[in-house]
Amino acid sequence: MSVRRQPGAIQRRTFLQGTALAGSAALLVPGLLAGRARAGGPKRGGHLVLALDGASATDSLDPATYTATYMQTVGYQWGNCLVEIDEKVRPVPELAESWEPSPDATTWVFKIRRGVTFHNGKELDAEDVVYSIDHHRGEDSKSGAKGYLTMIRAVRATDKYEVTFELDSPYADLPYVLSDYHLLIVPKGTDFARPIGTGPFVIREFEPGVRTYAERNPNYWKEGRGWADSVETLAINDPTARIAALQAGQAHFVNNPDPKTAKLLARAPGVKLIDVPGAGHRTFAMRTDTPPFDDNHLRLALKWGIDRREILEKVLNGFGRVGNDQPIPDFDPFFNAELPQRTFDPEKAAFHWKKADVTGRIPLHVADAAWTGAVDAAQLYREHLAKAGIELEVIREPNDGYWSNVWMKKPFVGSYWGGRPTADLMLSVAYRSDAPWNETFWKRPEFDALLDRARGELDPEKRRELYWEAQRMIWQEGGEVIPVFNNHLYGARDDIDGFVAVPVLTGLRAAEQLYFTDL
Amino acid sequence: MHPIVALIARRLALGVLSLWAVSLLIFAGTEILPGDVAEAMLGQSATPEAVAAIRRELGLDRPAWERYLDWLAGMLRGDLGTSYANRMPVVALVGDRLANTLFLASVAAAVAVPLAILLGIVAVRWRETPVDRLLSAMTLSAISMPEFFVGYALIFLFAVTWPLASPIAAVHPGMALPDRLAAVALPVVTLAFVTVAHMMRMTRAAILNVMESPYIETAELKGLARTRIVLRHALPNALSPIINVVVINLAYLVVGVVVVEVVFVYPGLGQLMVDAVAKRDVPLVQACGMIFAATYVLLNLTADVLAILTNPRLRHPR
Amino acid sequence: MTPRMPWSARLGLALTLLFALLALVGPWIAPYDEARVVGEVWEPFSRAHPLGTDHLGRDMLSRMLYGARRTIGIALAATCLSFVLGTTLGYLAATLGGWVDAVLSRVVDTLMSIPTLIFALVVLAVLPPSVTVLILVMAVLDSTRVFRLARAVAMDVVVLEFVEAARLRGEGLGWIVLREIGPNTLPPLLAEFGMRFCFAILFLSSLSFLGLGIQPPAADWGGMVRDNANAIAFGLPVPLVPAAAIALLTVAVNLVVDWQLRRATAGRGA
Repeated sequence: MSVRRQPGAIQRRTFLQGTALAGSAALLVPGLLAGRARAGGPKRGGHLVLALDGASATDSLDPATYTATYMQTVGYQWGNCLVEIDEKVRPVPELAESWEPSPDATTWVFKIRRGVTFHNGKELDAEDVVYSIDHHRGEDSKSGAKGYLTMIRAVRATDKYEVTFELDSPYADLPYVLSDYHLLIVPKGTDFARPIGTGPFVIREFEPGVRTYAERNPNYWKEGRGWADSVETLAINDPTARIAALQAGQAHFVNNPDPKTAKLLARAPGVKLIDVPGAGHRTFAMRTDTPPFDDNHLRLALKWGIDRREILEKVLNGFGRVGNDQPIPDFDPFFNAELPQRTFDPEKAAFHWKKADVTGRIPLHVADAAWTGAVDAAQLYREHLAKAGIELEVIREPNDGYWSNVWMKKPFVGSYWGGRPTADLMLSVAYRSDAPWNETFWKRPEFDALLDRARGELDPEKRRELYWEAQRMIWQEGGEVIPVFNNHLYGARDDIDGFVAVPVLTGLRAAEQLYFTDL
Repeated sequence: MHPIVALIARRLALGVLSLWAVSLLIFAGTEILPGDVAEAMLGQSATPEAVAAIRRELGLDRPAWERYLDWLAGMLRGDLGTSYANRMPVVALVGDRLANTLFLASVAAAVAVPLAILLGIVAVRWRETPVDRLLSAMTLSAISMPEFFVGYALIFLFAVTWPLASPIAAVHPGMALPDRLAAVALPVVTLAFVTVAHMMRMTRAAILNVMESPYIETAELKGLARTRIVLRHALPNALSPIINVVVINLAYLVVGVVVVEVVFVYPGLGQLMVDAVAKRDVPLVQACGMIFAATYVLLNLTADVLAILTNPRLRHPR
Repeated sequence: MTPRMPWSARLGLALTLLFALLALVGPWIAPYDEARVVGEVWEPFSRAHPLGTDHLGRDMLSRMLYGARRTIGIALAATCLSFVLGTTLGYLAATLGGWVDAVLSRVVDTLMSIPTLIFALVVLAVLPPSVTVLILVMAVLDSTRVFRLARAVAMDVVVLEFVEAARLRGEGLGWIVLREIGPNTLPPLLAEFGMRFCFAILFLSSLSFLGLGIQPPAADWGGMVRDNANAIAFGLPVPLVPAAAIALLTVAVNLVVDWQLRRATAGRGA
């Protein structure tokens, strides 16, 4: 049985409309979304077993250290953020009840939800929020979130239930940022290695890289969430072993089944496949500051010379969408729908190749650490380029240390972006001239200026125009070959329901959403 | 002092020496590998400031020899240190995992070693017959399968198609022995698959080697039963190479089962070490490396002593 | 005096020669290029693709043929090298004894006590990835195992009367090793050779598991099992093809080894 879930109808709703709606949507309890599930509706109880990848024996509960799915999912079991992202990629209230920007979007006031208690019985207030956010800022912070909180000058408690964010520059998307999985709220003074949260489950046992056992928080504040009596999160990094655990009924919900066998899995008895379009995209990144990739003709040759459809069909087994060499996903309100879709055109590739006047083989460095199937995709790419008379040399690098030794070091590499909730976050993190992860070393002052204007622009129509232009620039001159956007795949037992298909941060809140239908 | 006791003492001293060499090698290895814990921990979200903050806190900005000496001093005090990545004491991280690894290794050895020696003896007793050839072909085919392949095949036969066993060997502290044994059934079969053939063939070859000796011929001429000759006359004199191959396989069962741990999601030491290497978590890598090295040294010592004990000529050197 | 060649040895020899032949001419008789995508993913056996297609839609038969040379060549080279290294040092340690033995044994212990995969990971991450480096790393790692065995069997032989006699006759070290110890320790080492050859093929596949090993799109049999291992989950026969080839090769080589083993022991008895 296969269930394809679409994110809500794509609406060109812009940030202010979105956030205004969110502010008033405080009454619209997210639980209602889960409630629409199925006759009988959700029921309390049961022992839910999740089997997830991305776990390591060196994992820590400190949210500043979260980098992969396993700990991110555990994080949303014990904690909540100020803001949550809904199925239509809009920010909706979580621990913040509502928020309001100043007209120039440099000061944001967040009202904190009243009457929420932490697992230790303390009531949530503004001081806790300040303490929690500050953990990820400042010189000594070791947080993975540090990079995108730099525009925050100060976080202050302006009332018992009110927090004010003062920014260095206008920033229209702050609520999105505050939904990030690092920014979980703990009581003031907590040791982050043993965090206490407001979340749906209380962590009882934590064995890094093995399993996490949690019990339901009886006082959970969020209505319509947190169904299971207890949740066990197993660390299973091997995809075949995860599927086996699901098929044998030892796990109820698994992430990342191998797309190659996903269709076979969908046909297997007792299990179903959940397929959610995502913002994540797989890329081949060229360093535009290094010969021969500093020549845009070569970049265009490599962009026209890839058969995206075959990579989608063979490597992702169709579970994804074709990419167009720019990183904004098709469901984003600012997606540039008028850019022509690049297709596989060996003649155009050969044309640009000749203009580029490059000789010899083009080395491409890949590893499955970049993304599962990167080595396979590179081999297909090699065959595609051969049809245009371009010789690609696939060099497989060790998985170990790939991100430190190959990525952003070698001139042409496989890379992966998990996608960001907003166009601004995505473009700022990987395409700005001074972005630390500008993996294509693409430096365009006019592009940076565009981004800055868009950040402070409150008129949605003007903002759209700016982002469309930014995407066109990347499409035309950027160093990224983006063959595919991937879907998020999950496997679940037939008697599990309630999954909410959010296209970004997908599945991380599964533990509080899922329930057993046959209790 | 009895010469054997003296030998053991000397070998133990040498063992400590090689442990020290191992610690140097592993430390050097983690230094040579590009990247450090700060970059590995943050992955794609490694901003230069965050990386610097982690390095500062862990003291990675100090020279390598200083960090090595610190670690060595701690080790001599019995302090294995703290994990770089998650700030937990290494002892706590290693403890349960070591117990798990030893448990899996001993159960697998308890199955595989007697089976291999028995099959080896059977093959010699009925040498050159279809029994011998069948055993040979079967064990050889078994050993030709990569272990992850054997593991997957077993999972899909005995956990998914016919649900007789658990596909994941999840054990945790405080589990009763029968439950534990049931949980590790499939990994044990997998490990037996890959080790039995090697030990069985070596047993067969070693006994055959002895069987050609003149004294066996004498025994044969005396008209003794073949089984008796194999067991009483040939086997005792073939023990040295057999012990050796058994020890190599025992060591493999402790040190080399990472792949089986991954396939069956078994929380053993091997996976811990791989994770630690990936994260460049030097104290943890060191601890795992030292445990593996100590296991090896002890097993080798046992093999050497047994070899001497079982060979009268070595026992009484002239 | 040579015993008549038994049928098992004939079969083994025939298969081994067949594999050797395929290794030699494989790339020329392969219907397709090993890297070319010619069909859908995991197509069943058919006339066009007698062994089906792999996880990217490449012809399995062609990849098997291309892979034969690489797989057999690398495994054979690594195993031979490890035996030359391992037995030489092992015999030396056993014959000379004393500090030579102590030093060599300690070095080997140290090398062996570091998990093989971790060791390979460090070395191959630092050295450039080439087939030569790959063979050398595999040979050195394997030679430690060979050393231990060679030393153990030689130890049993050096205390025998005829070695003593040779020593008293004043024979040189080389003579003792080559003429006395070598022939008398051959059988277990021969048996080990058959095993090690098979392990070398499998070790190659473990290396590709870590992203080391043979560079894509080049095919090697162990790597092909790994690439297609997921298919076994759903009862598809693709990974069985390279696995069966490895098994057949192993059985064939060891049948020949067994025959030689018998000749060696029979020759000595006479």
